[in-house]
Amino acid sequence: MENIIELDNVTKRFGGITALNKASLKVTRGEVVGLIGDNGAGKSTLIKTLVGVYSPDEGDILIRGKKVNAWNALKARESGIETVFQDRALTPQQSIVKNIFMGKELRYPFGFIKEKEQIFEANRLIREIGFTSKLINAESPVGNLSGGERQGVAIARAIYNKAELIVLDEPTNNLSLNETQKVFDFVLNVKKSNRSVLFIGHNIYHVYDISDRFVILDRGEVVHQLNKNDISTPEELMKIMRNTIGAH
Amino acid sequence: MSNNNSYLSNYFHRNGRALGSIGYFVLLMVIFLIGAPEAWIRPNLHQSVFVMMPTLIFLTIPLVFLVASGEIDLSFASTYAVAAYVFALLVKNGVDPAICLALGIFTGAAIGALVGTLIVVFRLSSLVASLGVLFLLRGVILLLSNSRSITIMEVENHWIYPLLVGNFYGFPMQIFWAAIFVIFCYYFFNKHVFGIHIQHVGDNSVSAEQMGINVNAVKIKAFMFVGVGAAIGGIFTTMITYTFFPTQGFGYLLLALAAVFVGGTPYWGGLGTIIGAVFGVGIIAYMEIGIIAIGWSGEWRQFFNGLIILLALLGHRLHGERVR
Repeated sequence: MENIIELDNVTKRFGGITALNKASLKVTRGEVVGLIGDNGAGKSTLIKTLVGVYSPDEGDILIRGKKVNAWNALKARESGIETVFQDRALTPQQSIVKNIFMGKELRYPFGFIKEKEQIFEANRLIREIGFTSKLINAESPVGNLSGGERQGVAIARAIYNKAELIVLDEPTNNLSLNETQKVFDFVLNVKKSNRSVLFIGHNIYHVYDISDRFVILDRGEVVHQLNKNDISTPEELMKIMRNTIGAH
Repeated sequence: MSNNNSYLSNYFHRNGRALGSIGYFVLLMVIFLIGAPEAWIRPNLHQSVFVMMPTLIFLTIPLVFLVASGEIDLSFASTYAVAAYVFALLVKNGVDPAICLALGIFTGAAIGALVGTLIVVFRLSSLVASLGVLFLLRGVILLLSNSRSITIMEVENHWIYPLLVGNFYGFPMQIFWAAIFVIFCYYFFNKHVFGIHIQHVGDNSVSAEQMGINVNAVKIKAFMFVGVGAAIGGIFTTMITYTFFPTQGFGYLLLALAAVFVGGTPYWGGLGTIIGAVFGVGIIAYMEIGIIAIGWSGEWRQFFNGLIILLALLGHRLHGERVR
């Protein structure tokens, strides 16, 4: 199986604090990887390094087997990695369409924007993710949307860009049951189309349901990796987690 | 039906601020017309306004970009003079005025780049840092020029003079260029990656960064644009009056800033309106000149400038608070 992305012994420090210590992780094509760990385990730092918001202090990042230099968010997106950040990474005073195309606008030569095409695509996407309210269209400001709808916009962005790897950072936080189910459906759809998902969550049950493989992070280190086949219940996963965390 | 409502509300979300400042402008005209109809019909009132407006437009419109990016710049009022000084000095020394113009504008861009880099790299407050640069550059100008003005009558014989600031059948050319500038900026702000990225950065710079937008580069470019606008304004004014004088530009500092905010661009970033700013400039320019034209003393001018800024801010308040 092809590795979409691989972190090889990546270390990230902030001042004197080592937030990530020689962490290694890979995501292969078509799999859903669940990243779990306690608060402060370094999940956020790992994700932000993986998607180019932070650049690593040590270690390598490989995209489809090839080492990349000067890793940044734009390069990550150009490599086919889209992220639904925990804070959704939206600009609330701007319209839905501007948010969906933020940083990857459809352009004519000289940087002018294909506005009509963007609006058409955005309207199609917000139907696809199930916005039914007639009060909302592509040109509505994001600030008028509910938390679940904002999550929908962030997901629509990832859908449009047909990413090979979609990173979902705490995607089910603050969502209703119905909205959570939509996120799960989305993950399954991505998997079905032979693309990959990295799923980060607090809720072990959510992560267990959706993932093929689990990566446990503690104090900036990857302490355990296991396949879903290795265990049979979320309780078992919880137990393994409890035993590994703090034990190393 | 509800669909129509959403289009209507989106329309007002996008254009409400611009429509607001158009409204204030019309209101101001009506007040003048009723208050002093005889002054109003004299063409020289409007002529004076039209002489003032282009300069103010070159200064104000780029500031809309910068304020929308979440920053502010005061140093433009000195950049204005530095660019004009470079232009005048080179013309005086026999350099071709077209080259002097290009070098003057380049000077403005370079100052903007320096100010922007200073603020972005060292994470300084743009208000305070650019206030420092405002004084610093003015000091440099006063020292270099020995507080003396430079007269450049010779520029009149060069082809750029009629092209840029000449009279075309009684029509001042600088109005034409200012109009071109406004149209260009409208598209640049609303339909171009540069303007769109500025709005994202000013709205939420963390989100913009996460989506791969180079936030620092966007901000530095916005500062450069302000420098370019200031340079154009300074050089045009110097050509119109055939004179560079070391204190020039200072008077425009507060007027240009007032025009931005009266025009409906909020101070908090993420939003801006080019059309609104044009009418903001119109309001400020008519205030400056109209008060004198209707025969009131200059003291009233300051008073009414202040009043209109406050009233406009209160009016724009109707468009709501910042959405988060």
